[in-house]
Amino acid sequence: MKPVLTFRGKTASFKMEKRMVWRLALLLAAVLCACVLGPSLGNKIIHPIEVIQIMFGTGTGGDYFIINNSRLPRTLVSLLVGAALGVSGVILQGVVRNPLAAPDIIGITGGASVAAIAFLTYAAGSSVGIKWLPVAAITGALLMSILLYVLAWKKGVTPIRLVLIGIGIAAIMSAGTTFMIVASSSVAAGQAYLWLTGSIYGASWEDIYIMFPVVFLLTPFALVFSKSLNAQQFGDDTAEGLGVRMQRDRFTLLFISVVLAGTAVAVVGAIGFVGLIAPHIARVLVGRTFGGLITASALVGALLLFAADVTARTIFYPIDVPAGVFTAGVGAPFFLYLLYRNRNQL
Amino acid sequence: MKNLQVTDLSFSYDKEPILKDLSISIPEGEITVFIGGNGCGKSTLLRTIARLLQPETGTVLLDGENISRLKTKEVAKKMSILPQGPTAPEGLTVEQLVQQGRYPHQSWLKQWSTEDENMVHQALAATNMEDWAHQSVDMLSGGQRQRAWIAMSLAQGTETLLLDEPTTYLDMAHQVEVLDLLYELNETEGRTIVMVLHDMNMACRYAHNLVAIKDKTVYAQGRPADIMTVDTVNHVFELNCHITPDPLHGTPMVIPFGKRGARLHFEVHEGM
Repeated sequence: MKPVLTFRGKTASFKMEKRMVWRLALLLAAVLCACVLGPSLGNKIIHPIEVIQIMFGTGTGGDYFIINNSRLPRTLVSLLVGAALGVSGVILQGVVRNPLAAPDIIGITGGASVAAIAFLTYAAGSSVGIKWLPVAAITGALLMSILLYVLAWKKGVTPIRLVLIGIGIAAIMSAGTTFMIVASSSVAAGQAYLWLTGSIYGASWEDIYIMFPVVFLLTPFALVFSKSLNAQQFGDDTAEGLGVRMQRDRFTLLFISVVLAGTAVAVVGAIGFVGLIAPHIARVLVGRTFGGLITASALVGALLLFAADVTARTIFYPIDVPAGVFTAGVGAPFFLYLLYRNRNQL
Repeated sequence: MKNLQVTDLSFSYDKEPILKDLSISIPEGEITVFIGGNGCGKSTLLRTIARLLQPETGTVLLDGENISRLKTKEVAKKMSILPQGPTAPEGLTVEQLVQQGRYPHQSWLKQWSTEDENMVHQALAATNMEDWAHQSVDMLSGGQRQRAWIAMSLAQGTETLLLDEPTTYLDMAHQVEVLDLLYELNETEGRTIVMVLHDMNMACRYAHNLVAIKDKTVYAQGRPADIMTVDTVNHVFELNCHITPDPLHGTPMVIPFGKRGARLHFEVHEGM
């Protein structure tokens, strides 16, 4: 029997595994460390104490500029985007009941990419400013998921139809982006390529103002549905028999997942595999119950992308390698490993 | 007021009618078993009663209320459904499975009340699964696994239990184990049980109320001894048979002819 913490009041009662509480606390501590470690690492290493002083506005050193305008926003953006992708991925895997699902695999990232590349190729440089790129990407992600939902609908949406149609759509979207890049000018193509790999280079406070509310509103919202997700793992009939409103919950959860992934992609580009891997690591750490799993996926996703970005910008200095190269470098082999492990169930 | 009442129910799948103007009332506190040939719609009927399928026309009343107007959770507090061949996520323990049964009674603030805990213990005790509580569901034998799922239904704390072919894929010993458990639950706790069974003899032995389905509607309903006749089997299953009382239980026992049986029957009865 795993030790559990139980809390019971008059109107409320909760139960949590002790092991899970501990591990979540450790992950949270690691994320807080990352907030300090990120700004301190770089070509010039700044002492963590000085970083903390600057963060709380009491610092005096000449490093204020480099911390406040470059390294701190970059660290925070990598953490927030990683968290968004982690939560988006764990929700998708729960809804479609398949550990291979992720926003980049079922076409949500693809939709955002097509919209963003179309924007870079045709609209940017004209009267429309580059700051509208995130809007284009989120719109692309949303349109894509609506299309996905409509195509998969037949008296309700089943997980297997979502996945299969999603993979088909992802393929079409990638064809679309390739076509646009080939057909566009070399300047736009260069920009598009950089965007497609996913880079946190040039992260700004504006990015944080977009990401922060999205992550901190939608993650708790997803947590409200964690019990429903637990029940959904038994299949539609059993879940419905237990009292889950399947179609409503499934739609809401997919919507949360799409907005999280779409915003993340809008801010940093098509960073792959974080949404796939983070939930798997989280599952090893805290188990399969979605309450803890969603929270852990957010924290693990944040740490993964943070690590990828720090590696990308320090090891090959002065070249700033896009973080997406690292997430793909680790993620693609991991995906193959998952395919291999699940080969009997496909 | 009868607790489950089906009136003029029709259902089609892809424009192919499966059930047509079917009416039936399920007696409270008894075991009702649906029988019929493959594809006769007995599972569809059970799933429509459970609100997993929307009928085209007709109503299902649960305690006098139309289930399509009730909230999903309200239905789940009164009636549980165990679908055919349910699957649990890999590595899930029996206890975790049974705890899921409390879903309709929980909310965002009330996640694990004392009542939840008691109901889970009772369900494990009633199904004799206490010793396996911390075993992973996929490591159990077929009969134990089905008992674990029934425990989940019990933890839901509903008056009525619906089960879609709870004995499929089980060998005879495990079939008896599962049906005995359901019989006990009905006997000791007075729960209404409605299930689909394939095996006519098992159905006759365990049912108080037998419902034979043929041509998209009810062919006959009643006590097994009253309705399980050569004629019924002939019509419902298109099978020639001999019926004799079960030597132990006295309930009707169907002995199908087959090609050889027809000849033997002729020899025995016509004295050749």
